[in-house]
Amino acid sequence: MPLDTSLVRKPFKVIGTRVRRPDGIDKVTGRAKYGADAFAPGQLVGLVLRSPHAHAKIRKIDTSKAEKLPGVKAIITSADLPDLTGGDRSMRDILENCMARSKALYDGHAVAAVAAVDMHTAKQALKLIKVDYQVLPHVTDVDEALKPNAPLLHDDIFTEGIEPKPTKPSNFIKIAEYGHGDVEAGFKEADVIIEKSYKTEQTHQGYIEPHACLANVSPDGTGELWVTTQGPFVYRNQCAALLGMDINKLRVTSSEIGGGFGGKTHVWGEPVALALSRKANRPVKLVMTRDEVFRATGPTSSSSIDIKIGVRKDGTITAAFAELRYQNGAFPFTWAEFGAMTCWACYDFKNVKSVSKDVVLNRPKCAAYRAPSAPIAAFAVESTMDLVAAAIGMDPVDLRIKNAAKEGTKSSYGPVYGPIGIGPTLEAAKNHPHMKAKLGKNQGRGMACGFWFNFGGQTCVDVNVTPDGSVTVAVGTVDVGGSRASLALAVAEELGVPYEQVRVIVADTSSLGHNDMTDGSRGTFSSSMAAVDATRKAIQTLRERAAKIWEIPVDEVEWMDGTARAVGEKHGNKAPLSVKDISAQAANTGGPIAGHSEIVADGAGVSFATHICDAEVDPETGRTSIKRYTVIQDAGKAMHPSYVEGQYQGGAAQGIGWALNEEYIYGKDGRLQNAGFLDYRIPVCSDLPMIDTQILEIPTPNHPSGVRGVGETSIVPPLGAIANAISNAAGVRLNHIPMSPPRVLKAIKAAKKK
Amino acid sequence: MSAVLVKTTINGDTVEYACQPDEPLLDVLRNRLGLTGAKEGCGTGDCGACSVIVDGRLVCSCLVLGAEMDGKTLETIEGMADGDKLHPLQQQFIDHAALQCGICTPGFLIAAKALLAKNPDPSEEEIRFGLAGNLCRCTGYDKIVRAVQAAAKEMRGA
Amino acid sequence: MAKEKGSAFVLAGGTDLLVKMKAGMLEPDLVVDIKRIKGMREIRKSASGFVIGAATPNAALSENAALLKAWPGVVEAAQLIGSKQVQGRCTMAGNLCNASPAADSVPALVAAGAKVVVAGTKGKRKLAVEDVPAGVGRTVLKRGEIIEAIELPAKKAKSGDAYLRFIPRTEMDIAVVSCAVNLSIDGKGVITAARVALGAVAPTVLLVKEAAKALIGSKLDDAAKAKLAAAASAACRPIDDKRGTVEFRTDVAGVLARRAAEIAYARAGGK
Repeated sequence: MPLDTSLVRKPFKVIGTRVRRPDGIDKVTGRAKYGADAFAPGQLVGLVLRSPHAHAKIRKIDTSKAEKLPGVKAIITSADLPDLTGGDRSMRDILENCMARSKALYDGHAVAAVAAVDMHTAKQALKLIKVDYQVLPHVTDVDEALKPNAPLLHDDIFTEGIEPKPTKPSNFIKIAEYGHGDVEAGFKEADVIIEKSYKTEQTHQGYIEPHACLANVSPDGTGELWVTTQGPFVYRNQCAALLGMDINKLRVTSSEIGGGFGGKTHVWGEPVALALSRKANRPVKLVMTRDEVFRATGPTSSSSIDIKIGVRKDGTITAAFAELRYQNGAFPFTWAEFGAMTCWACYDFKNVKSVSKDVVLNRPKCAAYRAPSAPIAAFAVESTMDLVAAAIGMDPVDLRIKNAAKEGTKSSYGPVYGPIGIGPTLEAAKNHPHMKAKLGKNQGRGMACGFWFNFGGQTCVDVNVTPDGSVTVAVGTVDVGGSRASLALAVAEELGVPYEQVRVIVADTSSLGHNDMTDGSRGTFSSSMAAVDATRKAIQTLRERAAKIWEIPVDEVEWMDGTARAVGEKHGNKAPLSVKDISAQAANTGGPIAGHSEIVADGAGVSFATHICDAEVDPETGRTSIKRYTVIQDAGKAMHPSYVEGQYQGGAAQGIGWALNEEYIYGKDGRLQNAGFLDYRIPVCSDLPMIDTQILEIPTPNHPSGVRGVGETSIVPPLGAIANAISNAAGVRLNHIPMSPPRVLKAIKAAKKK
Repeated sequence: MSAVLVKTTINGDTVEYACQPDEPLLDVLRNRLGLTGAKEGCGTGDCGACSVIVDGRLVCSCLVLGAEMDGKTLETIEGMADGDKLHPLQQQFIDHAALQCGICTPGFLIAAKALLAKNPDPSEEEIRFGLAGNLCRCTGYDKIVRAVQAAAKEMRGA
Repeated sequence: MAKEKGSAFVLAGGTDLLVKMKAGMLEPDLVVDIKRIKGMREIRKSASGFVIGAATPNAALSENAALLKAWPGVVEAAQLIGSKQVQGRCTMAGNLCNASPAADSVPALVAAGAKVVVAGTKGKRKLAVEDVPAGVGRTVLKRGEIIEAIELPAKKAKSGDAYLRFIPRTEMDIAVVSCAVNLSIDGKGVITAARVALGAVAPTVLLVKEAAKALIGSKLDDAAKAKLAAAASAACRPIDDKRGTVEFRTDVAGVLARRAAEIAYARAGGK
């Protein structure tokens, strides 16, 4: 049911202020407890045995020697995780991804697991497990996997979207199409056509905290799981299903989360830890090493993309076409389809088409990574937009302004936009001081736009007024970056009380109804919507109690500035009642005072950004350093500006790493060569400048304070912005991400030869 | 392997523990002593989340053996505040929103403390290079650097 | 260590040893911590140069003003290894004995003409640093031998050394290619002696005599620099790996040689 948003848009009292977050002190003193920080008496160490082969049949697993090792309390293989999915393909894939069944499908795929009294014993036990592999040919490249004679991963993938449906299985999951108009006709109208192909390599979310959990299953079939996760409810539902437990028998408590960015929305070790604990009848702590995180969790796709844009000399784009081929890892999903949906979303084109091709191959199953699929697509689109601008001699910002989507535009992926921020962010970029700053030797400036949808989803919040009038709020969305502060602001604003009077906690799964994950930039958006809804219900109760105390009808009681007031001259002698006053009498007026909300947070707005980047390229080594960076993004309403800025800066930093240095390097043997922070190179402090931010506020109509999700869009523009900056700095156009020094130097040398 | 007995000073307190000869100090702190402020982000000295100070030197506790600590002094994040009074770095990190998920924060605070002890008035570049051994994936480092600058200024009494 | 029947390893900084143990690459039967042996963590200056105890952490090198003044190239090379945290532990001796082709301190030590003092059950011997690495991950040290100290010669007047490495980020990476130059000039700014060492372009460090020849007798003019760069590139025998390509390493070796020579020349007092 849509929330009544008519009671908003008054000047805010607390929303928008930079308050101190409630978990701040715990996090700066080391007191905060993350996934690996829990300990249970009698706990065992869980450890996973992983396939060293990219693709292999598992003929036999002999655990007999390992079982005899003193200190080993349980060993599991897929035999201990029977398929209870009842034909649900996606659940079956999750099960198989957590523990290989008949085949190992990627280097690092889990094939067995042990629980032992200490790490020494666990490591020894793994060595004693004998796995009989029949090594198969493997494929790790997107375009290779699409070829008809590529090694086949599954025998039951028949390409969706092809008519007639193929009878022969392949790695080609799905072909999909988005767009409108007639691109062929549009290209005929163009004065100039630019066509280019691009490749992007695979990257990982790179959260500093590895996956970790502590599982405790009792012989009566109940279980507890302490885990670092973006979605305790989803983990609960999935783990319970995979282990054959009723959902209400598994209680999942989320620890503080040390980074997720979409990578902690999937289970890997958790069902394994629960199964080990069940078998051993003891708590099992399973913590991944950094090597395991890179090899065997959920990186993002690598891709191969073709772009074609037709433009008239006056800058009107007459047709835009993209074909996007993404790999999904070893199990099917539709990541390319997200790319097809987002790639043209910033623009208003009469004729636009995007085709997505999704494929499986012998790499870990991809998971979401902050605006998943969009940065990859935006790299290709935004690079080409600059080529188009150069071809007709137009300023790149002006080209985008001319073709920008606005309210009423039919998007390239279908819906019609309401009020949106792409135009405003472009105008702000054009006028930003960064655009006028002088550039030095070997330096160039680039800009790019980005888009991301924001999700709403199922959300529950409980607001409870305690006996002394202070307020506790229980939410179900994990706090990844400070949202507890923002949610307290939302409740405090609605209730009309100081921020310090409201305390937010993240509840466990037995204490609240189902909540979807903290993903899709939805954490603050949906929980604040539900929190406001719950607060309004609490206010209704507070009014009723005041009415009872005063013995007047409830419609003569209004709520204003944190107090109940009796309306009308005849009540002039009645002093306002505060939350504290009313709750002090709760026992006599009907019991504890609370408000609950269970909603689907509808109407999430979409989010746009424009970034500006200055890069310096050393022409003799191809090394790029980022000299200046500006993020301009629409937040709808910045609940807590510091944390909105933090999201902008963090997304930009990840995009910079992705653009310049981060990539999965697979050998010819199909094994990952750089499964650590030494050779998977994320930006360090000295790699980056200060990152300037400009928050625009174009409120989304459907949220009580106009909030848009902000967490993801900022990772979408950097790849294109940096590619454009490098092009302007070094005079070479890179079409392969990351634009690492060897690639840039090679391009510079090739350009010199011409 | 038989255990090694170690007597050491941690955050000013005398502490005795037994550990395996090949056990990293990080594991001793977290699994035996309940000092879980130091985190394992990589176990190989590439991320700095396990940073501690041994005899005045900033080190990664994943690259020190627990058995080496006999007779040494150790400072961890748990000893950074003075009772209920936060260290200026800790307060500035909160005030500047220099943390989002917070997993890297203990490591950064220890590294920044070591940096300012050697260089009380660092330039932005010196701060950035001095903290290059600490990875953060959430913040892009901007607010971390500002927090360190503010703390340095406060600690200089400027 | 000689008596140990199984595998025995020295523990100084542990920044390579513990990483390999964690990865399961090594399971030592014996680890000997040398840090408490007298003299192992001292830097002693004498008329003949510097003696640096093998367990001296690299962070301590720049704290010794005399060493920093005399051999800035060696100190900067040693202090490029890892992070400040790693610097608090790692040692040049460990860097040398780990024998990675990309070791940062080794080219600078070689260019400086450094020696190692090797102690074993049968007594002591000295080796030039360039004679220590035997191949990737291997040294010429025999079972029961350890490095006791690194000796640097006294600084000659009008000389300077420098070390540069190429890494894709600004810190924390293993060198993709590196170059150290140590040179001396006369009163007129003519280079009279030079040593040029390259790292990460062959299984072991390369002391490139042709590169030195290109410098000697010149005032580091453009022609000499071009010859230097060409000689450096020509000496490379690199591989393609996750950190760089053959082509890239070869090209950049020449660029770094030129740039390192410029810094060394300036440090020597040349203009």
